Amino acid sequence: MQTYVLPAIYAVIVILALPLLAGCVLIAERQFRAYLQGRGNSEAVKPGLWEPITEVTKLLMAEDVRPSGTNPLVFWAAPVVSLLVVLLAFSVMPIGPAFHLADPNIGLFFVFGIGSLAVHGVVLGGWASNAQNSMTSALGAAAQLIVYGAVTILGVLSALLLSSSLSLKEIAQAQLERGQWFIFYVPVGFAAYFLGSLRITTLTSLDSASPGNESDMAFISAYRGFRRCLYLLAGYINVILVACIATTVFLGGWLRPLAGYRDRFPGTSVELLDVLPAMVMMGAGIYFFWRARRLTVNIRRTGGFLVAGLCVVAAALLLGVLFTSEGFMQGVHGAFWFVLKACAYIYFVFWFRFEFLPAHRDMLSRLEWRMLIPVALVNLITAAVAILTSQDTGWPMRLTTLLATAATLGVAWWLFKNPPDELAALKAGGE
Amino acid sequence: MLNTLFFYFLSAIAVGSAILMVTRRNIAHAAIFLVTALLATAGIFLQLQSEFLFIVQVFLYAGGIMVLFIFVIMLLNLEPAARLAKFNRSQVIAATLALVLGAQILYAVFVGRSSLRLPALQANISPQNTEAVGDALFHQFIVPFEIVSVLLLVSLIGAAVMAKRRA
Repeated sequence: MQTYVLPAIYAVIVILALPLLAGCVLIAERQFRAYLQGRGNSEAVKPGLWEPITEVTKLLMAEDVRPSGTNPLVFWAAPVVSLLVVLLAFSVMPIGPAFHLADPNIGLFFVFGIGSLAVHGVVLGGWASNAQNSMTSALGAAAQLIVYGAVTILGVLSALLLSSSLSLKEIAQAQLERGQWFIFYVPVGFAAYFLGSLRITTLTSLDSASPGNESDMAFISAYRGFRRCLYLLAGYINVILVACIATTVFLGGWLRPLAGYRDRFPGTSVELLDVLPAMVMMGAGIYFFWRARRLTVNIRRTGGFLVAGLCVVAAALLLGVLFTSEGFMQGVHGAFWFVLKACAYIYFVFWFRFEFLPAHRDMLSRLEWRMLIPVALVNLITAAVAILTSQDTGWPMRLTTLLATAATLGVAWWLFKNPPDELAALKAGGE
Repeated sequence: MLNTLFFYFLSAIAVGSAILMVTRRNIAHAAIFLVTALLATAGIFLQLQSEFLFIVQVFLYAGGIMVLFIFVIMLLNLEPAARLAKFNRSQVIAATLALVLGAQILYAVFVGRSSLRLPALQANISPQNTEAVGDALFHQFIVPFEIVSVLLLVSLIGAAVMAKRRA
């Protein structure tokens, strides 16, 4: 019985924490988009920290309507399936060496297998709404989910060749043993994962009353109130999930930068680089303090000082755990690096989305089938050849994977220069 | 105790949704019950500590094949089909068939009843069953594996050719 207790507590923590984190992602998205588009954030809510609360309250106040002629059970189950899938996938995610619910030897396969059920949430939601627009939109969204899911998996497979294990803990550990994060060995695989994950985390803005018929999220237009909240929550948690996968598989998981470098302070057991987290938080605190001093709106300045103070407290705590037991220190610092990397990944996802991708669905499908899948497949083959060559000849893996990446990029360039000739097909009267 | 409880829970869901799947008149509901039955079966695999089989069941059947089913079902207009009677009236034939099949199964179980006492599960089957499956597929069963992959490729190309608009 004892073995169930600790995982159960972890599970409750994860389920309680994820919606809060999703709210943080929402704030970050809003603020960052406002900044990139050169405008102020919403005027209605100040400071922006209240935004998720007001938005969700507004959504929950809406009347819960079910369209006529729909099946209540399916209509009820579809958003629950969407949310359940992303929450389940978190059950194998190791956040730091000490904090994880379960570590089955199929870890990564589990995440993608459970993730493949997300299509049901989308399709059933569209079908249960009993409307043409919802149905067509759901089928389109499901098609995108499937094909871009394929690209992410092909990208991740090239990293799995290096780890030779599916367990997420062992994947992170393998990056310590190989000496480098896998992003440096298979950068093309990471690029494929990144571009694929951009599409499977398509979000809509919370505030649009009903998504337009061009929107990827039109299939939730029949959902109001709490059910809509569940769909949107699933979307935001999905962003966190893909960031966690990328962190674990490509960015070294909980390992700190230069994890192999193990010099110690003379006379102590404290490693030199273990003061880095405290220094990072301290630097962030000083930066926020400097920013907050120049703010004019009173409440924002207070908020800025508060954040700076929190950063300093966090820095002190991170410094303090250096003097506790080794395992506890590793756990806390591992979690720090993991969260830092995941945040950086989410930041890049938003940056990329707001900067480059207001593309139409057929353009994205073309990019997917003509570029991403062929390049990801070629990358898988070249990476396998590089790893085997390095094992057989004893050449350093850095060299062979570099050559493999160059070859893959060459193929990508050739594909880019010689796209399949659609015009000729048009003239011949094919389509 | 807890294991037994889980086993009967999952089995009840699997059997119940299988029955519901056969008896539903609306084919979309039948598809949903089929997903439930497949997932419950996957849960039983997980309980037997075959994680790989569990996730393959979820990935391929519940996540892959069922999605295709649901796509097809929801894209076709099945309203007329839904209104038709699900079962036709040839009860005599059906009853005879059921009796014969049931007798066969009962006989088979009766003859092989000694083999129903399975040995107890080993505590730790194999820590790396993913690797074991890969090893078996690519060494021992490489030829069938390749034949199956060619078969799948042929069916893929065949589907693409058939779906293409004729000039």
